[in-house]
Amino acid sequence: MENAVIQLKNVSKKYGDFMAVNQLNLSIQQGEIFGLLGPNGAGKSTTILMLMGLTEPCDGSVEVCGINSTTHPIEVKRKVGYLPEDVGFYDDWSGLDNLIYTARLNGLEPKEAKARAAELMERVGLADQKDKKTGKYSKGMRQRLGLADVLIKNPDVIILDEPTTGIDPKGVQELLNLIVELRDEHQMTVLFSSHNLHQVQQVCDRVGIFVDGKLLAEGNIEELSKQLFTHGKYLIELGIDASFKNIPDAQVLENMLTSLEGIQSIKKEDEYFEIECLADISSGIAKAVMDADYKLRYLNKKEYGLDAIYNRYFEGGVSHA
Amino acid sequence: MVSKEISDSVRSWKFLIMVAIVLLTCLGALYASLSDFGEAIKGGTADDDFFFLKLFTHSNGSLPSYIVFISFLGPLLGISMGFDCVNSEQNKGTLSRVLAQPIYRDYVINTKFTAALMVLSSLFLALGFLVLGFGLIFLGIPPTADEFLRILVFSVISIVYVAFWLNLSILFSVKFRQTATSALAGISVWLFFTIFYNIIVNLIAKGLAPARFVNENQVVKFQGFIQNLMRFNPGQLFNDATTTLLRPSIRSLGPLTTEQTIGAIPSPLPLDQSLMLVWPQVTVLIGGTILFFAIAYTMFIRREIRSR
Repeated sequence: MENAVIQLKNVSKKYGDFMAVNQLNLSIQQGEIFGLLGPNGAGKSTTILMLMGLTEPCDGSVEVCGINSTTHPIEVKRKVGYLPEDVGFYDDWSGLDNLIYTARLNGLEPKEAKARAAELMERVGLADQKDKKTGKYSKGMRQRLGLADVLIKNPDVIILDEPTTGIDPKGVQELLNLIVELRDEHQMTVLFSSHNLHQVQQVCDRVGIFVDGKLLAEGNIEELSKQLFTHGKYLIELGIDASFKNIPDAQVLENMLTSLEGIQSIKKEDEYFEIECLADISSGIAKAVMDADYKLRYLNKKEYGLDAIYNRYFEGGVSHA
Repeated sequence: MVSKEISDSVRSWKFLIMVAIVLLTCLGALYASLSDFGEAIKGGTADDDFFFLKLFTHSNGSLPSYIVFISFLGPLLGISMGFDCVNSEQNKGTLSRVLAQPIYRDYVINTKFTAALMVLSSLFLALGFLVLGFGLIFLGIPPTADEFLRILVFSVISIVYVAFWLNLSILFSVKFRQTATSALAGISVWLFFTIFYNIIVNLIAKGLAPARFVNENQVVKFQGFIQNLMRFNPGQLFNDATTTLLRPSIRSLGPLTTEQTIGAIPSPLPLDQSLMLVWPQVTVLIGGTILFFAIAYTMFIRREIRSR
């Protein structure tokens, strides 16, 4: 793609025999919020470290804003703000001083650094806590301070490694809102790694699902379900009573159902049907049952959301892929 | 960054405690040497013209002298300043945050070393001058230029010596993830060299000691061998170097035969000659310092920095 901000090509990283990241290809566009979703140990953090040039890939190339992260990490770090998982601050300094230090490391003049730090403290809602030592900050405050710390260099891209772990729901909500606001204001590109599905679903434009070092699927939620569920989006379970009929195997009904629109596959076992379909056609099914003169025992609809995707891949592992 | 590191180390508790201990012992040593200073300068040896140097080396027997204190506590000071410099940042999670900023990675370890070295240098120079100043007050005579230079060089060598231990402990702090492990490793190396190394060398010496009636060449060779063994100990190098500098009458660090000393006038050596005598020792100390720093440096540069 033309103006991909983050571009990974065939990237692999091995620790001994363990393949942490395996032949990864990924590109993220300007102004996009991309969610990296995966269970622990899937290689999300390793990927991020490679993006920042904090570790070297064994194979492939990593480019951020058109700069190779492996060979020119300093230029990349100038443009990318990175909030590590469980970020640390100098505990015996105040929040403001911590920010000023980062600003100075980014080459800001002392006066400018101070002004910008104070402004950002306000932005993330810590203005009244800015002189408190960070050792006394709560987890949520630390994460917000971390976000301010990331923003102080005015980055083009921000990378957040599990920013929401250990924060209460309200804090998470505020943090997520802040991220979206920032993106809208400055057209920043955000890479957001998490194992929490709902948060990702809430803010991310596109999601990549990451398991065992491989990107299994990527796209927005709709595309994802299309990609992952070749069998359709809904699963309808149907039970009928065919005992009073002459032909108990209900072949007729199956034929009738097949002719319905949107049906992808039907599995039949005596009086029990498993119907996979693209749209919600449960009423059509019910009608078909009635028309064929069967008694309807039950009709149960299951919807495949991101939840199902998540479960399918994370619990079942790669075997389903 | 350097200024941050300096203020960090100066404000930290462990540094204050170490400085307090060093200061107290120095005052004690000063007192010990001054209390019977009159006795000390009466004797008729070649060192007698150097009153001020005696301040550093003389002791009344109840307390060790200044140089002994420094050779004992200096390593401890160095270790205490270095043992947690890298791994504590890592454990606090600040290392990955700092490294995400557009700075070169070696800045981090360079500043750690520079800051600690600057603090140590100012401390040792201050201590040296403090002793000098007290000497001035109590003795009432100013030091000669030669003495002053010797004291200055002595301070520099002390700094190098402490820097050696500092780097060793920085190396451990890069190597070990737990601060406690690296502190213990540093202290155990130090203990090994201050206590056990001498015991081991003594054992070897006893085992290898030549019979009583061998010719003198063999005895000299044996002495030289044992001395070389001792010189693997950085503390020994430091002691050699400093005593030579502060006792101008010492003319050789190895064994001398009677033939070699015949005709020598028992007069003090000039400063440049003393320096020549200890140059190998100082070189080894500096070399060791640089070696440890280089190892720590490469290990740190190639390390993958994970958060916590």
